[in-house]
Amino acid sequence: MSLLKVDKLTVQFGGIKALTAVDFAMEEKEILAIIGPNGAGKTTLFNCVSGVYHPTSGEILFAGESLLGLSPDRIAQRGIGRTFQNIRLFNNMSVLDNLMLGRHMKFQRNILQAFLRIRKEELVHREKVEEIIDFLDLAAYRQARVIDCPYGVQKRVELGRAIVMEPKLLLLDEPVAGLTVEEKNRVAYLVTEMRGRFGFGILLIEHDLRIVSRLADRLVVLNFGQKLAEGNPAEVQRNPEVIRAYVGEG
Amino acid sequence: MNLVESYKDDLKLIEKPWTGCWITMTVIALLLLPWFGSEHLIYMGTLIFIVSVGIMGQNILIGYTGQISLGQAGFLAIGAFSFGHMAQMGVPIGLALLGAGCMAAFFGVLVGFPSLRLKGPYLAIVTLGFGIAVYQTFASFEVLSGGRMGLVIPKFPALFGLSREASMYYFSLFLGIAFTLATYNLISSYMGRAFVAIRDNDIAAEVLGVNLTRYKLLSFAISSFYTGIHGAMFAMFMGFIDPQMFNFSESLIIFVAVVIGGLASVEGAIFGAAFVILVPQVFSGYKEFVPVIFGVTVIFIMIFEPLGLAGRWFKMRLYYRNWPFR
Repeated sequence: MSLLKVDKLTVQFGGIKALTAVDFAMEEKEILAIIGPNGAGKTTLFNCVSGVYHPTSGEILFAGESLLGLSPDRIAQRGIGRTFQNIRLFNNMSVLDNLMLGRHMKFQRNILQAFLRIRKEELVHREKVEEIIDFLDLAAYRQARVIDCPYGVQKRVELGRAIVMEPKLLLLDEPVAGLTVEEKNRVAYLVTEMRGRFGFGILLIEHDLRIVSRLADRLVVLNFGQKLAEGNPAEVQRNPEVIRAYVGEG
Repeated sequence: MNLVESYKDDLKLIEKPWTGCWITMTVIALLLLPWFGSEHLIYMGTLIFIVSVGIMGQNILIGYTGQISLGQAGFLAIGAFSFGHMAQMGVPIGLALLGAGCMAAFFGVLVGFPSLRLKGPYLAIVTLGFGIAVYQTFASFEVLSGGRMGLVIPKFPALFGLSREASMYYFSLFLGIAFTLATYNLISSYMGRAFVAIRDNDIAAEVLGVNLTRYKLLSFAISSFYTGIHGAMFAMFMGFIDPQMFNFSESLIIFVAVVIGGLASVEGAIFGAAFVILVPQVFSGYKEFVPVIFGVTVIFIMIFEPLGLAGRWFKMRLYYRNWPFR
């Protein structure tokens, strides 16, 4: 059984078809990249999988169970974590608190303990968060407010916030956009490391084809809401349709 | 010096010994106030403690969860009148207070439902409507409001050989401290984090598994519980209530207190409460100018110190902590 299976997914906003009958499947521990020109529907696809949008028709199966009609928090509980293209962090909180929120679902929540300041749970989850802080090298920024951190650090915090959720499937929306070459390489390393260490399946949107072809096991190419091609990086890059979409008629 | 040596140290309520020192001194001073303070001082103190409970509640909603609400007077009235009726029926004070809080919390959840769909100014309008509706309901149904004469409420009894005023003072002080501690604990817990997450970025919060429905309603319930207690205590303090005390301007005063005190700050709630109680007292000769002072202060606070009095307080503490370095 595949980890994620998207079947004839169609999303319509009024008259505009953002996605038309897109289907693909990914296996556990696979890194699948979705590429395509701007406006191809990549982020829309992510929003459908994470429950922010509700598709017009089609089906999304996660580990064999349908995700349709579930609210984003229920989908998160099923084991899907994500990051956003434009960083969506909790700006006025410290880096540590942002990461602790990633543990929110795993908390044994009890109102009485909250009011009486019983913090056993907090300590348990802090251990896990500290592990990820080490992994992402965020120790220097632990207590800093997120909004005061540089962009590259914010990107890493968002990545960390998704990792501490310990999802089965991680959706990364342009994890290296706007980073320096050095930072890009570092994130690329982290992504492969994450798969090895935590065993996530990773679904990735990325424009940097050099990084993508290095990271991904397979690529799915979208254009104008339709799937153009699918396959391993070398195949896809030779596909004439893909070349036409990216560089125009030859 | 304070060095954090364990994760547990990081979660302490009072981080530095010096902070504990001056907090203890303040509490002792407040405990001794009835012995050396004038009757007027006790009166003001009691009022400030009562009001700060309500402001703290609204700060949880407005400051932490970011749900703008203008219906506080409605919750105040619900708390006050529930308490009044229960007290008249002979329910013990503790139980009646709890009942008043729960009643307000129930209506808080009802008002919270639109917040699942509405944000910002739209939610403000809905809650504004609620506040006015409650006021009109109490004003037009004499069964609820106790008629033209208002509702007379038995005052807090004299305890332990103290005067009635001093007993009330201690009771409000106790409640004030209890609610302050509870609020500090709440906002530093997973729940407070979820509230702030909803304020800062609701979509991201949802994707992390924070149930927006539950936490928004919870925030409304908790904040209106606080405001209900505020209303009930106020009713007991006054010994008499009529709907006119809970008109729209009362909502605005609470809102002003939250903003001037400092959004998302527990100390700020106390400062804000002190501000809205003390200013009318200081300018009691020029009553008509009190709203003007509130308005102008809000403008200045928004421009020069968006974090309110609490922000100023924080900067002061930082300055003295680092002194003589900058």
